[in-house]
Amino acid sequence: MNAMSTPAIEILGLTKDFPVGFWRPRMRRSLDSLSFQVDEGEVFGFLGPNGAGKTTTMKLLMGLIFPTSGTARVRGRSIDDVEMHREIGYLPEQPYFYDYLTARELLDYYARFSNYSAAERRERVEKFLERVGLAAAGDVQLRKFSKGMLQRAGIAQAILHDPPVVILDEPMSGLDPVGRREVRDIILELKKQGRTVFFSTHILSDAEMLCDRVAVLAGGKLQGVGAPGAIVAIKAPAMEILFEAREGRALPAGLAERATRIGGRCRVEVPEEGLYAALEQLRGCEARILSVSPVHPTLEDYFFRLVGGTAVSRGLEEISR
Amino acid sequence: MSATVGPVAINTFREAVRDRVLYNLVLFALLMIGAAILVGEISIGIERLVIINLGLTAISVFGLVMAIFIGVGLVYKEIEKRTLYSLLAKPIRRWEFLVGKYAGLLLTLAVNTAFMTLGLAAALFYVGWRFERSDTSILVAIYFILLEFALVTALALFFSCFTTPMLSTLYTLGIYITGVFADDIRAVGDFTRNPAVLGVTRAIYYVVPNFHNFNAISMAAHGNAIPFTLFWQNTLYAALYVAVLLLAASAVFSRRNLK
Amino acid sequence: MSNPSQTRALWVAVAGVPLLFAAIAALQVKIDAGTRAYTPESEELLLRSGTALKKMSLGYDSLLADIYWTRAVQYYGNRAGIDGAKFDLLWPLLDIATTLDPKLIIAYRFGAIFLSEPPPAGAGRPDLAIELVKRGIAENPEQWHLNADLGFLYYWRMKDYPNAAAAYLDGSKNPKAPVWLKLMAARITEKGGSLETSRMIWSQIYETSQDKIVREKAMETLRGLRAQEDEAQLDQLAQEYQNRFGHFPASASDLRTGGLLREIPEDPAGNPYVFGKDGKSRLDPRSPIVIPPPLSPPPEATN
Ligand SMILES: Nc1ncnc2c1ncn2[C@@H]1O[C@H](COP(=O)(O)OP(=O)(O)O)[C@@H](O)[C@H]1O
Ligand SMILES: [Mg+2]
Repeated sequence: MNAMSTPAIEILGLTKDFPVGFWRPRMRRSLDSLSFQVDEGEVFGFLGPNGAGKTTTMKLLMGLIFPTSGTARVRGRSIDDVEMHREIGYLPEQPYFYDYLTARELLDYYARFSNYSAAERRERVEKFLERVGLAAAGDVQLRKFSKGMLQRAGIAQAILHDPPVVILDEPMSGLDPVGRREVRDIILELKKQGRTVFFSTHILSDAEMLCDRVAVLAGGKLQGVGAPGAIVAIKAPAMEILFEAREGRALPAGLAERATRIGGRCRVEVPEEGLYAALEQLRGCEARILSVSPVHPTLEDYFFRLVGGTAVSRGLEEISR
Repeated sequence: MSATVGPVAINTFREAVRDRVLYNLVLFALLMIGAAILVGEISIGIERLVIINLGLTAISVFGLVMAIFIGVGLVYKEIEKRTLYSLLAKPIRRWEFLVGKYAGLLLTLAVNTAFMTLGLAAALFYVGWRFERSDTSILVAIYFILLEFALVTALALFFSCFTTPMLSTLYTLGIYITGVFADDIRAVGDFTRNPAVLGVTRAIYYVVPNFHNFNAISMAAHGNAIPFTLFWQNTLYAALYVAVLLLAASAVFSRRNLK
Repeated sequence: MSNPSQTRALWVAVAGVPLLFAAIAALQVKIDAGTRAYTPESEELLLRSGTALKKMSLGYDSLLADIYWTRAVQYYGNRAGIDGAKFDLLWPLLDIATTLDPKLIIAYRFGAIFLSEPPPAGAGRPDLAIELVKRGIAENPEQWHLNADLGFLYYWRMKDYPNAAAAYLDGSKNPKAPVWLKLMAARITEKGGSLETSRMIWSQIYETSQDKIVREKAMETLRGLRAQEDEAQLDQLAQEYQNRFGHFPASASDLRTGGLLREIPEDPAGNPYVFGKDGKSRLDPRSPIVIPPPLSPPPEATN
């Protein structure tokens, strides 16, 4: 096999059942024969609503839990091979670290598991503290760290040993806009260095901005893999109209059934291209328009529809090419 | 292997050293050794005996309390707080992690015991003691106490690989107490002369760690020499038992899904 | 389901754990063999006061009593039968056990045996045994067994027949006590130190005891007593033989050929008795029967 063609991550039919219930545990399938691959040098987004199985997949890759069936390879090595861990960096979801250590000590500790000399180690620790913006907090005990600072420390330990493959579980969560921006920069920099980044998120804009490709997971099943543009395309843009209906005037058919009443006011959502037609209809019945604004579908909405079923199935086919 | 075990051990040691509870325990034990001087003064003529008896008992009891209470949290806490996730992402095997945690706590206990031994020596000097050849048995008794810690720590670690600290403490204490009274349990069985009871008590005697082996406090207090055979037999006994426990712990822990 | 390294760990454990346990047990056997040899002569008990221990036991005094009683049994068991063994801690251990739990009847009854047996079978301290049993009676007046034990100790170990009789009489006042206690009291008053009385006491012990070892001991003593009785009779017959034939019998069969007995006299183990040059009958040297040490002359009976 040619080295260039070896994928960074190959997921081969990973399935995971968890026991649920205390007295008579039954098995519940949290991941169902998941298969896809992440190519060398890609930034790959792993999308899905909460409980989709993203964290489960990543923990399986890291050997923290063991698959019910299926396997995976990282740069051609089995995930059972402890040497594989030299080539991978991992940021756990909502990371937590030894709170009696300072950030500097924490990084130093983790650096000891790679074969660096003492001088190299010190240099590296300083460099990565700087890189994630913790240089000033290097001697502060981690128990005094905010969630965002912990996230940064977590990213630093994941990339400390220059791994060719980086797995980040929700790297932006818990960060303020500046922090997010910094994480995005780090991911882009890793990409520039030719590393593979596999990260999970439920923030669509992050995925749109960074990823070469994304995989969408829901209910433990792969919904599709493709370029993020495909996902953006299925986002049907909509407009929201708030209005007050005139006394005694009935709403025109077509709007009446879609409007929701909140006190004396009504709210209706229409596709962007149907906005003017709807406004015409409202003028016809002398309704008072209060506001017109675009609806930004959140990824949650998107996933809600995804899980809910039919509406997006067309979109899905589109992205699964 | 040592490349991965060492850092884990040192980090475990550092965690213990940065915990305030530890200092309270050590202080309390030293106070108790100090109090032995007072008790010794009341009972004229046996100061040395009382100080050694109480001093070694204090070292043993406080070490055991630490071994159990830190031991049962060694693995559990790392899983519960998820500090283990980023560690196991590094090139380290699970059994190496276990051995590192174990070695770290043992190191902590050894350092503590060294401090308390100094405290005991100070108390003995205070009552006008000169080091004699026969006093090496005090050091051997302390060595046996350390072996006891090694065993109890391994027990606590083993249980903490698959159950909660609460239950681990209960199991470890239960086995410790059974082990201390293993002789008596066997004697009860021999006394009844009922083959079924005898079988059970004999089985208990040979399966539970026999902590009676390690009790050399009274020998040391009387300045009796501790035979060399007992020295190496106890060392071997502790080594074998610790090996069993670490092996079993590794087998259990290597298969475990982390939350 | 499980990956290769997990499977390896499992197999190493499955194979290694039983092996290591076998090694541990073997080592323990070695350690035990060693410690018996070098258990220090002067062991000590840090706390000799049962009352102090009782205060410190936080209400677990009866459990602690059981532990001390087991200790005593073990202490006794490790020494009994070894020549020159000392039983210095036996009394303090029993003292503590019975102070912690005054209702621990077994500790009084067996403790008295351990204390009263002459060395090397026991501590050879019937005085302490009597003190222990008296304490047991004071705490447990309903236990007539203890009165019988006390009577036995006075009779057999101290040869103090009046006290022995008094002990049996005390016991017989218990409505639950069997009638033989009263008989025993009468018998001892009348014929203290006689073989018949001894035999009666041991027969009662044999019949009332549940413990196998005690029963064996009683049976052995009873056989010894029988042999003692036989010897006395045979000595008389030998004298008669001498009167008739002018010399002592050379063997037991001479008594039959001489027409003095119908059968060759045998001891309770089935060995024929032998005769010395002085005409005194003896047990065959190969016979397992042991004649108990003589009780007579009883100190009280002489005056
Ligand atoms: N240790 C576990 N025990 C039982 N169920 C679990 C466990 N871990 C995850 N799950 C279940 O697996 C599913 C996927 O969870 P997860 O991978 O955390 O989702 P995501 O990271 O995509 O939000 C969820 O339904 C969750 O309840
Ligand atoms: Mg997650």
